This record gives sequence, structure tokens and C-alpha cells, in this order.
Amino acid sequence: MIKPRAWLPTPLLSILLLMVWLLLVRSTAFGQLLLGSFLAVIIPLGTHRFWDLQPLVGKPMLLLRFVLRVLGDIIVANIEVAWLIANPWRRLRPHFIEYPLMVEQRFTITLLANTISLTPGTVSANLRMDGKTLLIHALDVEDEDALIRTIRERYERPLKEIYEC
Amino acid sequence: MTLYVVLEGIIAFFLVAGGVFAFIGSLGLAHLRDFYMRLHGTTKATTLGIGCMLTASMLYFWVIEGKPDIQEVLITLFLFITAPVSAHLLAKTGLHLQLRHIDKTGGSPPELRAEEIGKRPIPHRDHGHG
Repeated sequence: MIKPRAWLPTPLLSILLLMVWLLLVRSTAFGQLLLGSFLAVIIPLGTHRFWDLQPLVGKPMLLLRFVLRVLGDIIVANIEVAWLIANPWRRLRPHFIEYPLMVEQRFTITLLANTISLTPGTVSANLRMDGKTLLIHALDVEDEDALIRTIRERYERPLKEIYEC
Repeated sequence: MTLYVVLEGIIAFFLVAGGVFAFIGSLGLAHLRDFYMRLHGTTKATTLGIGCMLTASMLYFWVIEGKPDIQEVLITLFLFITAPVSAHLLAKTGLHLQLRHIDKTGGSPPELRAEEIGKRPIPHRDHGHG
């Protein structure tokens, strides 16, 4: 949790909010700039208790590569899931998988869980209270261990390298 | 002129693809067999469907009005942020309510085993709240 000591607890988030606001109203008039800045200060102050401290990005290039890879995977996963649903001769093998987490910080776990939900036929269902196991529901699994290995190599290891090294 | 036709073709392709994906997502919602499987249709196929339509819209206004519009990108961004979070919350609620899953579902998480719940609380290691 971020302590609200300063009046601008998360400068990066504030800048992002201002930019999103200006893009949403599609103008850079002084009034909008003022209103956007006001919102950019007020919203983080009001929601600070929901935010985790964001770790520093150690390797921005790696992060960019990770984002591009995930975007590509989203498209592939979407087509796969659409095919699984639409194929009348399918025999789905749904599966609950307990995934042992390697990353430790809560921010990184959040990112990983969201990535898992968006990408290959899997939805992250529950993070155990001790923060070490993620329960995943998968739509069609052939080999449980292979899926765990894929997630570990493809998503978790890069995330760990980017944020926790 | 030819370029214009090609662009129209691309826009039409994106529109149709978007419609197909959105439809398949809804189809999955309607006829997959249990709650947890239905989640997949909405989080994935529908996301891509809307993404395709927004791409088509962006291209269209770029071609017609000659200025690129960034708002569609924002919608996609918001969708990518909210879809996994709401899916996770729905799945978690489903587990909490112990919704039934079809019998051939592999794996048996303790969250869904009746004898485990409420009897043996999982120790909570606090992450830096102190």
C-alpha cells in the first residue's frame, strides 16, 4: 500500500491519468488541462489504499518485448478459444490447475494473473491466501505439466526478470 | 482509387471478423456446460471481437476524415485492463459459492472440496502491511 504522505503519491500514475483524460476529450485547451490535472491529483489521493507500491522496471526493453509477445499471444489464444467453442466435434477437457508461483511481489503476481487470464485458454481463478499458489481453470488441457511449464517459461520468467531482479 | 478499394476491403474484413468473434463468444456463453467454462468465451473471444471492430472503426475514420483517432485504442486498453480482472472476480465468486463443474473436469482444488472449507484455515502470511 502506498502511504499518502505526499499530495502526489504516484507521479507516474498522475501523468498517465492526465494523458488519458486529454486523449478522451480530444483537446488540449487550458480548461481541459486544468481539469485533467485536478483529476490526476484527486484520483490517486482517493484510491491510494488500493494501490500496491510499483516496483521499478529494471529492463524496459525486456518489458516491451514481453508486451508485444503477450499481444501476439492474445490474438492466437482468441482464435484458439473461438475454434474450441465453434467446433462441433470438439471434446473439451477442462481442468483445474494449481500453479506454484515463483514471483513474490503482489504487483508482479497481479500482472501474471492478468496475463494468464488474457492468454492461452486459461482463467486465473483464485490466489491462495499465502500468495504462493494460483488456481487456474483451463478450457482444454492435454498435459497439465506442459501447461505449467509453458506459463513458467513464457510469462513468469520474463516478469521476474523485469521486476524482481 | 484502387488503394481506396483495398482499404475498404480491409475495413470490411475487420468488421466481419469482429462480428464473428463476438458471436462465437456469445455462443460459448450460451452453450458451454458449466460456469467456469463459460468464462472463457467472454474473456477471450469477445475481447478480440471488439478489438477487431475498433480497429475497423479507427481505419474508417482515418481514411474518411484523414485524421487518426486514438480513442479506440483507449477503449481497447480499458477492455484489456478490465476483462481479466472481472473474469478473476467472477471465477473467485464461483469458487466461493461452490458452483458445480462438469464431472470430467480434471484436478480437484481444495477450494471445491467440501471437507476442506472452514475446517483448516490456510495460514495468512502478511505482505508488508505492518
